[in-house]
Amino acid sequence: MSEFFFGLPVVVQGVIKGLAVILFIFPVAAACSMAERKVSAWIQRRPGPNRTIPPMLVGIPGMGVLQRLGLFQLAADGGKFFFKEEPLPNHVHKFYFVLAPFIAMIPAFTTVTVVPFGAYLDPAGKVMPLMLANVDVGMLAIFAVASLGVYSLILAGWASNSKYPFLGGVRASAQLISYELSMTLSVLPVFLWVNEPGSTGSLSLARVVEFQSHAGFWGGTWFLFTMPLSALIFMVALFAETNRQPFDMPESEADLVGGFHTEYGAFKWSLFFVAEYANMIVGSSVFALLFLGGWNPLPWIPLSSLLGGLQHLTGSALWLHPLVAGVLSTCIFVGKVLITIFVFMWVRWTVPRFRYDQVMRIGWKILLPLSIANLVAYTVGIYFLQG
Amino acid sequence: MAVIQVQRKPLTLAERTYLPQIFGGLMTTIKYFFRPAETLQYPEQRPAIPPGYRGVPTLVMDPNGREKCVSCQLCEFVCPPKAIRITPGTVAEGKGIDNVEKAPQAFDIDMLRCIYCGLCEEVCPEEAIFLQNQYSMSGYSRAEMVNHKDRLYELGGTLPDKHFKWEVKKAAEQGAGAHH
Repeated sequence: MSEFFFGLPVVVQGVIKGLAVILFIFPVAAACSMAERKVSAWIQRRPGPNRTIPPMLVGIPGMGVLQRLGLFQLAADGGKFFFKEEPLPNHVHKFYFVLAPFIAMIPAFTTVTVVPFGAYLDPAGKVMPLMLANVDVGMLAIFAVASLGVYSLILAGWASNSKYPFLGGVRASAQLISYELSMTLSVLPVFLWVNEPGSTGSLSLARVVEFQSHAGFWGGTWFLFTMPLSALIFMVALFAETNRQPFDMPESEADLVGGFHTEYGAFKWSLFFVAEYANMIVGSSVFALLFLGGWNPLPWIPLSSLLGGLQHLTGSALWLHPLVAGVLSTCIFVGKVLITIFVFMWVRWTVPRFRYDQVMRIGWKILLPLSIANLVAYTVGIYFLQG
Repeated sequence: MAVIQVQRKPLTLAERTYLPQIFGGLMTTIKYFFRPAETLQYPEQRPAIPPGYRGVPTLVMDPNGREKCVSCQLCEFVCPPKAIRITPGTVAEGKGIDNVEKAPQAFDIDMLRCIYCGLCEEVCPEEAIFLQNQYSMSGYSRAEMVNHKDRLYELGGTLPDKHFKWEVKKAAEQGAGAHH
């Protein structure tokens, strides 16, 4: 099996791996929309969607749990989008109108390539990251591609050729550009810290995780503890970048009907939302990698000691098998990502939406100076610690 | 009245960062997140109806299974939206209600007009019409939403009688002569 896989041309291997990741993210992104409804229901003390079940599954044990979790509702909603009529208003710029939702998917599914999602130990005991492309530009690539996401919103808002989508698109562009600055500046201290003098510089996210899995007190500390301000700024900017409440200016259904997607319906509309959740997944992954230690199970307990400990306890070398280690670390990492996504939803159902001027004030007058001060402070600190 | 000037305190630094408030809010919502749902699964679970509830108006029988309504039409006259329509009729022989002179030949309540005010119940001298516990009515046509006499008795059933007005009257007539 593995010989067959590694015998394939590199391009085919890459395509298979990429499809595997996308086939994971797409359903998870869709499931997140159901999780959103359920989280909102539970916070508001409702049961949430819990009725839908296909008639042929009624009475099979265990199906009731899935029914109450709303999984069949999710399938019904998703399936509906494929069979609905695709409305295409007469007044839109048709080509760009259709193009926009597909552009929305691109950054979400491109940034995944440089996000490591697990690791295994090679025979020498070295931790090898599992990722589609372990390139040195890592974080830079994510920022570069993720900022393309704004084009889909602007394009959707402009091509819709009516006032509310237009306003939504304008807001989206202003907001996304404002918060990108503080977002980038907030992660710079992490990379300054990671690239100590004398080492080859790298912006790879795998490197950041590797740095958080060293032995010793300071080596195993997650960056959340050493750089709480960076983490906070990054988190807030992430909310703004993914258009999540309390920063969902581009949508703000109270004052803009539906914002940039007012004129959209059916499958194209759902693409915007899958893209939003996919962006959330990638954003949460980056947060987990930078500040929550990636695939390390707990602070000060890196993956290699967990595997070593399990091997010691059970006395079998199975734990060090690359497959087992890879699955285990991926599960740990996905768990962290899901927790971060839950925080996104938790915040959404707690905090009301900011006004547009407040969004701009927070972005330019608070977060940006704060992230610059944070960068300067850590630069000086890192100079004296490492230099 | 004196105007009281309230000094608005300037916000503290903690308040201006929003963060303590947001964390407080998050604590509140997570507390509710783990509480059981407060809603009922409606068609399966029904709410408890409190006493004195004014549901769909119904006609009731007395404990002897006799029709109480004497078609005096007071409810028809008092009904603010004119939802009640009564056609008075004579009492059929041998039904055991020969103590009264009249009974409704037809008794229709148009539930599309009824406003559930309960004035019919209040005005009824015979305690024959009651707004009971039924709160959900549906139908596919306007005609279906009119409750006819048999449906009204079906909904109403039998309620305990506190007075037995006509029995007392009858006993009084038989015992003490024609004075009443």
